[in-house]
Amino acid sequence: MKRLRRTMLFVPGNSPGMIRDAHIYGSDSIMFDLEDSVALGEKDAARHLVYQALKFIDYGNIEKVVRVNPLNTAYGKDDIEAMVCAGVDVIRLPKTETPQDILDTENAITEIEKKTGIEIGSTKMMAAIESALGVVNAYPIAISSKRLVGIALGAEDYTASLKTTRSLDGTELFFARSQIVVAARAAGIDAIDTVFSNLNDMETFEKEIRLIKQLGFDGKSVINPRQIDVVHKIFNPTEKEIEKALRILEAMREAETKGSGVVNLDGKMIDKPVLLRAERMIDMAIASGMYYPDDME
Amino acid sequence: MNLISKGFAGTLESGDIFIEIEKSEQPGIHIDLQSKVKNQYGKQIFSVITETLKENGITNVNVKAVDQGSLDCTIRARVTTAIYRGCGRTDYRWE
Repeated sequence: MKRLRRTMLFVPGNSPGMIRDAHIYGSDSIMFDLEDSVALGEKDAARHLVYQALKFIDYGNIEKVVRVNPLNTAYGKDDIEAMVCAGVDVIRLPKTETPQDILDTENAITEIEKKTGIEIGSTKMMAAIESALGVVNAYPIAISSKRLVGIALGAEDYTASLKTTRSLDGTELFFARSQIVVAARAAGIDAIDTVFSNLNDMETFEKEIRLIKQLGFDGKSVINPRQIDVVHKIFNPTEKEIEKALRILEAMREAETKGSGVVNLDGKMIDKPVLLRAERMIDMAIASGMYYPDDME
Repeated sequence: MNLISKGFAGTLESGDIFIEIEKSEQPGIHIDLQSKVKNQYGKQIFSVITETLKENGITNVNVKAVDQGSLDCTIRARVTTAIYRGCGRTDYRWE
């Protein structure tokens, strides 16, 4: 079954209380941060804390992601070694600008996997794209490693690199969002949208989720547990959508039984893209616990 | 490992534990623990601190610990950080 990445909850890496409670809110992934949310003098402490948490706290089926410091800092190599040894699911690389950034990180991961006997390739990667150069290189980045499971937009640094600011309707992000979704789809990986920081403006937050869902994103990074259910509600299929998708798939099965190459429903011919969308809708419904395949029996 | 200065780690935030370690002239591990849950979990906290110190070869040490409801993994992380800081070392061992 496809892993859902509707929500990725940011958790500062040096906050034991938040690390302890992170799994109770129901996000699809938790992203422990060793980068921007950790003061330079506390990088060692955060690394030890997240290392111990990954080894000893049972986060269940939630995907465990760690945002490490870049390799060109004094912290990147230790971050990667500690997290791979602790059994992290995904290493998230910040400020990715070129495929070489991914390859360098992949090499560091492979070296540690070899040294420790961890299955080569089992540690996955995600790239955060946070600059104009990164957006231009989105597709080469997306296909640069088999370890990559997704690419994500980091909007604050990106808008700074564009010499603009963030607006409520996200006009300045339109190209980057589209480019990242297209690159991810072409590479067969997920696209994750940037955070929305104003917790007091849930109306604009909801509009933004509807926009990114329509653009094709798989999910969004969130900074507060309050945002999780709002994202899930919008990303999950509705009962009506599930019902329609099931009828389409039933019509497809009937056509197959009859040996017909044409699928009809309510007197209308169903095209292949509609069938594919119906299949994706049911996959999503199953993954989000809204539909159980046994119902079909 | 050899303590060459005081080592600190942690905060007084909920869920954390503040650790201060310093080389002791007296042999042994001497722990001064403050915790609201000392009666229920004091033994366990002592045990995790002691075990972490011994794993890192620290045997003669004074420890001040202010617990705010920390998990064992948090205690291990903070004690280990304090040890490396106090020893002035960065050759961490990840296993």
